[in-house]
Amino acid sequence: MGAIAVDEQGLRVALPQGTRLETGWLVGGIAAALGAVVLGLWLGPVSIAPGRVFLELLDRLPAVNVDSGLSVSDRAIVWDVRAPRVILGLLVGGLLAGSGAAYQGVFRNPLADPYLLGIAAGAGLGATLAIVSGVGDGIGVIDPVPLAAFVGALVAVAAAGMLGTQRGRAGSASTLILAGVAVASFLTAVQTYVQQRNAESLRQVYSWLLGRLSTSGWGEVALLAPYALGCVVVLTMSVGALDVLAVGDDEAASLGLRPRRIRLVVLGAASLGAAAAVAVSGLIGFVGLIVPHVVRRLTGVSHRRVIPLSFLLGGAFLVLTDIVARTVQSPAELPIGVITAFIGAPFFLLILRRESVA
Amino acid sequence: MFSARKLVPVILAIALLGTACGDDDDDAPQAAPPAPTSVVPQRIVSLSPSATEMLFAIGAGDQVLAVDAFSYFPPEAPVTELSGFEPNVEAIIGYEPDLVVLSDDIGDVVSGLEAAGITTLLLNASVTIPDTYAQIEQLGVATGHGPEATELVGQMRTKIDALIASIPERATPLTYYHELDDLLYSVTSTTFIGELYALAGLTNVADAADPDGAAGGYPQLSAEYLIDADPDLIFLADTVCCDQSAASLAERPGFDQLSAVKAGNVIELNDDVASRWGPRIVDFLETVVAATNAVTAADAGTG
Repeated sequence: MGAIAVDEQGLRVALPQGTRLETGWLVGGIAAALGAVVLGLWLGPVSIAPGRVFLELLDRLPAVNVDSGLSVSDRAIVWDVRAPRVILGLLVGGLLAGSGAAYQGVFRNPLADPYLLGIAAGAGLGATLAIVSGVGDGIGVIDPVPLAAFVGALVAVAAAGMLGTQRGRAGSASTLILAGVAVASFLTAVQTYVQQRNAESLRQVYSWLLGRLSTSGWGEVALLAPYALGCVVVLTMSVGALDVLAVGDDEAASLGLRPRRIRLVVLGAASLGAAAAVAVSGLIGFVGLIVPHVVRRLTGVSHRRVIPLSFLLGGAFLVLTDIVARTVQSPAELPIGVITAFIGAPFFLLILRRESVA
Repeated sequence: MFSARKLVPVILAIALLGTACGDDDDDAPQAAPPAPTSVVPQRIVSLSPSATEMLFAIGAGDQVLAVDAFSYFPPEAPVTELSGFEPNVEAIIGYEPDLVVLSDDIGDVVSGLEAAGITTLLLNASVTIPDTYAQIEQLGVATGHGPEATELVGQMRTKIDALIASIPERATPLTYYHELDDLLYSVTSTTFIGELYALAGLTNVADAADPDGAAGGYPQLSAEYLIDADPDLIFLADTVCCDQSAASLAERPGFDQLSAVKAGNVIELNDDVASRWGPRIVDFLETVVAATNAVTAADAGTG
């Protein structure tokens, strides 16, 4: 915990051979994620004995047949409602935090988050259009809302990317950010217009914008899993390059790396992951911005630690906040976005102050 | 778009606004709103779907000039682009109405209209059934259809009483869940619609989710709570907004275990009928009572 690198020290730590992801941190991150999953399966508005939850899950394993003693409806709660919700929380939280860490690394900007280049606005517009047009909602294999949100998010990022770079020349990071801000503002304006023109769908649109894991079944998990896997693999493979890039483009180029290509690959993978997460869960704020900072405060600035631990702790954080979202006013739900900021902000300030004192 | 004829009242309105601001003290008697009964309005604009239904039900339909975009019942209502959610004072004045009926005073629209010398009638969303009766009678008085309004209220009372009388006694009351959308937003018994269900002798599973009314009577339920509560009846008021049906409900994770799903006691409502406080509350109650009476002892026992 004492090995926090700041400023000048950060440069040294960021060199490729500087730090590794020590087993201790990795084990700690995995333990946090697993712990959150266990709690998430155990706690909910309906109280079910943890032992029986465990037996029920064991029973679902192939070739294992045990009697959990749960009623049919309790079984449905554990397996069809809670389990997919917990796994989805793990994936969404992990993707948002992991992409946030990547965005912050690429832009060398502590305020960067996965929504920086218009993903939120694009997804919001896509979802709003799908909701107000009401195409095939509720029936059919493919739910149009996440699909439209996903497409909207990718269109927004692509637009920001193209507008922020000129004729193949690498636009500066700030040009890209400003292009993202402009694209986001434009899409939000369109989204607000469409929303106001269809006031009867206001509650649905609003609920989507607030974000939720609440209606999730295994379908959403299956939808998200391939993108999650791709994002995790690409970003984990890029940690070394990101560390070099943190020193500066010229230094990276002198080491034989191609900064533009690295940025493109990392931003592409991070955006794809974040867009997929947003598509299934709506706009959950704060996780992508704060979790990477918490990780950095705890472990140092090397992406070798920040990226993998952001995935793990982001997932754990969202699963834990979701427990709060569904139990604090049980049996009513609270929007998870409210909880992420309400719990996350004080927690982050606590870490910030503690480290400053130390 | 704007014909000269439509522009005249706008200019007049601006002129009137000027006088209203200029010499408040001198013209105090004239500034008082005209009594609604003195002249029978012939150019009514309704920005409230519930009020539109009431107006047509009491025979004042011929006096209705324009209604908002969501007032599409009854079918003969003159639907326009006007919005009750984002009322545009100029657009309303453009119809030269002599009475504007609204359910919400959004953006101070009432004072804007009154400044233009237009009589307004604000009929907020009913909280109780007597509110609905009172609003129908208010509209009757305001439109010169007092007797018809009184008659309509009498008929509604009689029908509702007969419906309630038709409900058999049950040892344990049936439970229900009323769905506003597929994110499991629901209503508690403190809402207008919840009161109607209570009349039918039903117990609301959502009441526990908003005991102190902090969610305004419209809490969002946890899916697992709903599965555990296992209501005897499920009413879907999201068949239009969200294309939900008994079939799509059964496909949701874990919902195939619900007694109401297994016994076929999922009722698909028309969203509008289930959210307006007009004369069609009788139709709504009829649907609810029919569904309630159809639940057999065997169905109810499975919960």
